[in-house]
Amino acid sequence: MAATLSPPRILPSGDSAITVEFSRNIDDAANQRVLALDRTLASEPVSGVTETVPTYRSLLVHYDPVQIDFDRLGEKLSALAQRPVPPTTKTRRWRIPVTYGGEHGIDLEDVAKRLKTTPEDIVARHIAGNYRVAMIGFTPGWSYLSGLEKSLHMPRRKDPRLLTPAGTISIGGVQTGVQCLAGPSGWHLLGRTAVRTYQLHRNPIFLLEPGDHVTFSTVDAKTFAEQDRAAEAGEIVADLIAS
Amino acid sequence: MSKLVISAIGPASSVQDGGRHGAQRYGLTPSGAMDRLALAAANCLVENAPFTAAIEIGPFGAAFTAREGAVRVALAGAPRNADVSRRAVTPDTSMTLADGETLTLGFARGGAFSYLAIEGGVAGEPMFGSLAVNARAGLGSPYPRPLQVGDELQTAAASGAVERRIDLPRLVEGPIRVAMGPQDDEFGEDATNLFLDSEWKISATSDRMGYRLEGPVIKHLHGHNIVSDGTVDGSIQVPGNGAPIVLMPDRGTSGGYPKIATVISADLGRFAQIPAGRGFRFRSVSMAEAQSEARKFAQLLRSLPDRVRPIEIFDLNIEALQDANVAGAAVSAIDAGTWQIPSADALAQD
Repeated sequence: MAATLSPPRILPSGDSAITVEFSRNIDDAANQRVLALDRTLASEPVSGVTETVPTYRSLLVHYDPVQIDFDRLGEKLSALAQRPVPPTTKTRRWRIPVTYGGEHGIDLEDVAKRLKTTPEDIVARHIAGNYRVAMIGFTPGWSYLSGLEKSLHMPRRKDPRLLTPAGTISIGGVQTGVQCLAGPSGWHLLGRTAVRTYQLHRNPIFLLEPGDHVTFSTVDAKTFAEQDRAAEAGEIVADLIAS
Repeated sequence: MSKLVISAIGPASSVQDGGRHGAQRYGLTPSGAMDRLALAAANCLVENAPFTAAIEIGPFGAAFTAREGAVRVALAGAPRNADVSRRAVTPDTSMTLADGETLTLGFARGGAFSYLAIEGGVAGEPMFGSLAVNARAGLGSPYPRPLQVGDELQTAAASGAVERRIDLPRLVEGPIRVAMGPQDDEFGEDATNLFLDSEWKISATSDRMGYRLEGPVIKHLHGHNIVSDGTVDGSIQVPGNGAPIVLMPDRGTSGGYPKIATVISADLGRFAQIPAGRGFRFRSVSMAEAQSEARKFAQLLRSLPDRVRPIEIFDLNIEALQDANVAGAAVSAIDAGTWQIPSADALAQD
């Protein structure tokens, strides 16, 4: 049997949740352990645990303190988290169509200028990436992707925008993301997709799961408009290229 | 079916229940009542399950009219003047509105949120098992937004059951209790002491997502950016400007600011009821104490049905006085917070 992994930090988030923290930074290995612990808790439920929320570096475990106390659950989670990470057997891979630049990606030119290259080159670099859904959070369906090429890492905007469009594809820090609903953002907007990662009257309501793989493809603005109508009517629009 | 029509309503009023759980991993926050004990108490009075959807009423006044039949309702939570056809309504009791009758509520006095439970609940289409309004995600039923004048809630016809009263224990008073963490190590001893020793006020810009606190500036040890991690109701995050925000049921599911402490679950409702501008303090408790309080709170919620009793003769005498509009007008006349100035008609009856 493989050696056990280093223990995570067991942090209290009030009396009804524990943050199991694997790293303080954005760290791919830590995210793998977050997702592995999440899978473990799904396949071997611990009595009293009510909900789990994976993030980049930690798993938030909600529980009922009437059923299990902090010390006991903390020990249990720590032990489960030190098991070797099993290889993932099933990974879904999505291809998400994006129309880059222009009115749909108002920061593309600026990002290219800052990196002293052309918008086409930025798009090529962004499309070349193989990304993984590290976490979904903030607002419904907002999917944070890890795997952004180093040359595209850049600080967030000094002045976050109060309103950015639904379906925005953006980069911020070391991450890229698919934003589902219109809302505030301090990231650099590269383009838009018609794909709804969250749509209420569709099955499934949430398209992406933490751990899913994602790649992007380019479509022109006209195709985007067509896909947007189809997506509004409930079509998924993204391609599931492997599962 | 009867219906309850919203004849007057202020901001921050919406249909809420126990919230929708299980989809925080997709970024969907639970929402649900700001004060769960008050929601459960109101529901208990009309024999609903404790976290049945009810109307959460913000600090301003409101009025509700029964149409197409009688509607049985119960009010709990923040104290406020209430009357039906100018008969004053005692708090923490059930009441039946005859077809066409209007329940009129004044401003909250000494609290923020009241709950109007409706016998049989609110008819709607649950999403993730809940009717709770989450306006940002476009969720909630029958209206995925705060209530507006003219909205209609379909309800069961009133059963005609004997009206009831609930005796709630006096809530703990004093500081709002917190468990330190999860990122208390992002703050030095001075900052932690300042947080625990200062008087705080809730800013008027607060909402169901978060209560912004006014008080001293809480400084971070290593800057205010952490890698986003999960949040809970009661997480106290400290953004770059050093003014803490306590996250409430419509919070984002993750956040990138250090969280110095978390309001204990037993005190969340009490905290939600603190009116904007009133001073309060925090007190740090051990995890053992926080969890013991959580278990006591769960026991209190379970005990609610045993605290309900039919309204007795003595109460009826009071009601008779109110019917004669003696007590009711007296209350209205002395209370500056009242919502309606008694009309000439009402005064003439005295």
